[in-house]
Amino acid sequence: MAKLNVNGKTLDLKVDGDTPLLWAIREQAGLTGTKYGCGVAQCGACSVHLNGEVVRSCSITVASLKPTDKIVTIEGLAPNASSAVQKAWAALDVPQCGYCQSGQIMAATALLKKTPKPTDADIDAAMTNICRCGTYQRIRAAIHLAAGQIAAPAAKKV
Amino acid sequence: MAIAKNVKISRRGLLLGSVAASGGLAVGLRADGQFAHAQKAIGASGDELGVWVVVRPNEQVVIRIARSEMGQGTLTGLAQLVAEELECDWKNVTTEQITPGQSLARKRAWGEMGTGGSRGIRVSQEYVRQGGAVARTMLLQAAANQWNVPADELTVDKGIITHGKSKRTITYGKVAAAAAKLPVPDPKSMKLKDPKDWKIAGKPLRRLDTGDKLDGRKVYAIDVKLPGMLNAAIKACPVFGGKLTAYDDAKIKDMPGVRHVVRVDATTVAVVADTWWQAKRALDALPFTWDEGAAAKASSATIAETLKEGLTAEGDNGANRNGDVAAALKDAAKTIEAVYATPFLAHACMEPMNCVAKVTADRAEVWVPTQNGEASLAAAAEASGLPLEKCEVYKHDLGGGFGRRGGTQDYVRQAVLIAKQIPGVPIKMIWSREEDMTHDFYRPISQCRMAAGLDDKGSLVALEMRISGQSINAYANPSVIKDGKDLRQLQGLTAEPSDAYIGYTVPNLSITYAMRNSHVPVGPWRGVNTNQNAVYLECFIDEVAKAAGKDPLEFRRALMGKHPKHLGVLNAVAEKAGWGKPLPSGVHRGIAQFKGYGSYSAAVAEVSVSDRGKVKVHRLVFALDSGHVVNPAQVEAQVEGSVAYGLSAALYGESTVKDGRIVEQNFDTYELLRIAEMPPVETVLVPSGGFWGGVGEPTICVVAPAVMNAIAAATGKPIRSLPLKNMKLRA
Repeated sequence: MAKLNVNGKTLDLKVDGDTPLLWAIREQAGLTGTKYGCGVAQCGACSVHLNGEVVRSCSITVASLKPTDKIVTIEGLAPNASSAVQKAWAALDVPQCGYCQSGQIMAATALLKKTPKPTDADIDAAMTNICRCGTYQRIRAAIHLAAGQIAAPAAKKV
Repeated sequence: MAIAKNVKISRRGLLLGSVAASGGLAVGLRADGQFAHAQKAIGASGDELGVWVVVRPNEQVVIRIARSEMGQGTLTGLAQLVAEELECDWKNVTTEQITPGQSLARKRAWGEMGTGGSRGIRVSQEYVRQGGAVARTMLLQAAANQWNVPADELTVDKGIITHGKSKRTITYGKVAAAAAKLPVPDPKSMKLKDPKDWKIAGKPLRRLDTGDKLDGRKVYAIDVKLPGMLNAAIKACPVFGGKLTAYDDAKIKDMPGVRHVVRVDATTVAVVADTWWQAKRALDALPFTWDEGAAAKASSATIAETLKEGLTAEGDNGANRNGDVAAALKDAAKTIEAVYATPFLAHACMEPMNCVAKVTADRAEVWVPTQNGEASLAAAAEASGLPLEKCEVYKHDLGGGFGRRGGTQDYVRQAVLIAKQIPGVPIKMIWSREEDMTHDFYRPISQCRMAAGLDDKGSLVALEMRISGQSINAYANPSVIKDGKDLRQLQGLTAEPSDAYIGYTVPNLSITYAMRNSHVPVGPWRGVNTNQNAVYLECFIDEVAKAAGKDPLEFRRALMGKHPKHLGVLNAVAEKAGWGKPLPSGVHRGIAQFKGYGSYSAAVAEVSVSDRGKVKVHRLVFALDSGHVVNPAQVEAQVEGSVAYGLSAALYGESTVKDGRIVEQNFDTYELLRIAEMPPVETVLVPSGGFWGGVGEPTICVVAPAVMNAIAAATGKPIRSLPLKNMKLRA
């Protein structure tokens, strides 16, 4: 058993202590927005916030967490995808397949919390998540958009 | 759309993608939402207008999509094409996926479902536009009937039908029910719009499928939950062709959550547990013995030796020849020679291979990320032993495809073989990343020996290319190889006309292929053989231009007079990139062009190489002529995507073989491009009309050669093998 605080709720999960947080989130908490990509903290598809810091949940065991640790997943980021980062992602149609995007959004959100007006170099350093579709150019633009550093494009009217 | 009637469909036939049909079976179910059980019988509700469109009384327009969506934007593009002819209001458009079972039940009414070869739009465009026109015609006829006026007196805009003479209007939703009762006109009789009159197609509209990718709502197959579902982790003998001889399940059967240890087939075992993590943990603890077989001695070095032999061997497995290369090389004022090589590459889709399967005595169902739903259906039937009619496939949008999830549905077969042994229980099988990298269908390995002859004016008079390497068809589709000839491996280098023909005219030309297969399974990998072949041709052309003392752009132009579309993109990219204009100190340009998937691509790279040999790509500029453009914003996204995939491969990509197995098992050893190395990408779309080319794959093949040529310009030394991480670029 483990007591975890996920998205503001305390959950009693039937899970062995050596289970990675990723799998506790996906299989016990039932929140599947957090993705499995590599299991070795390389790709960032499993990124969540732990006490406000972005972490790779595949490489943190449930046993290492306290009930007071605050875990936020993509589902708990903002109601109706209303955060500045999510809105910027929508405005620039960032996702292609979308599989890595939960992790990208969590990483970008953490970056902007620490560095509200990031330079390209800040983005390079903070955004180490892998995207195989190649949405990087739009991710960069969307971070600048969310930071208010560039203007939103006009939506094409039909 | 070609539909053969009265042909008995076979599982094998579907696997081969043959166009065939059989009638008469129950309509299947559609996977929808978290529990994937929304039961909706497509076409049975009597509200459809032809096969592609349903209009609801509340004005909602449902457009059916048969192709798979894996991020490439085909879903949105196809909907734009249907909506254009339908003349509906775009904001009312939603889409729904056709299942392979539904399609089969209606004699493949929605045509081919396979989504590969950059065909999603270009092969479907005509019949989906006709489908939109059919629905519009029926809706207008229903309004005409209601008002008792001729249909040709009606006009329509954004789903509002107007009779100008009587100043009456009515919306699509109001006449949809009556329209659905009318006879369906012959789609082929529909007159389609000239693309210059498009209002919805051809525009950079937002994707229809972005919303649920922003908050974790989207349900990929790996996220499917079914009542009573168990989870499976799987391991196959890491040596291709090896066998599983024994495993000791007593050692793990008491581990938490473990329910079953299942032999899947001769090479593979699976552990089934309450959760996937429990299954994976137990599998890691399971003792195995393998019979690794003869291939256990193979390595990258032994495979390279086999390929090397093919570079000079007699005979060929396909050729493109004109003139007399041997004589022209002998008489040339100057000759240039080189040997190039490219490695095996894994796909590394972000979503690892997975499939949920449920099998009972008379039904097999799978929930799966697939590029070819009909191949998934065939694999489910084959593995379950049930007829096609008793199988169904619920296609989930893919977390990356890139060719890995196409015709060869190994992961569906495995999931069904597991589920068959635990009847009635849904089994979610997920490959670990390590399994995914160990059992891919890799981009084929090859080498290329080249020779060129220049006359005394520095003009190219002879070009010889000898490609030796593995054949995708020999592995995946041997029946298409006739008389030992396999031109697919010469993709982009064959003669006109073809989807991918060479854009240079050389008076004496010999391009030949020597098939040299290894035990490593191979398959299509975004861009397929255009990748390797463009590296060979386009980097060697730069070497030859340098030997001729000519500018690489001018040298190419002189060879392209008879290929105006190839030349068109080359000129467009040179102009956009400012070819010949000054660059910052230390930055150098490289250029490349190639044709693939019916489209013409060219790129210019701006690159610097540090004193320690570190490459930085500062800018990449592309020109693409795909004939028509359905959504320019999404085409640009595909070009950007091709850079990330292509540059990853050029910089780092390599699946090496040791002791018969693949060495790189995860992203710590199979390095992939991250945002810091993604250069700014600029794209010029130059659709010249009159043909429909692909978009997802064409540009990837010019990424590596443009960058390699820029590196050579920076260092003075040609790059003749990949990946670049293995090259010492500075002495």
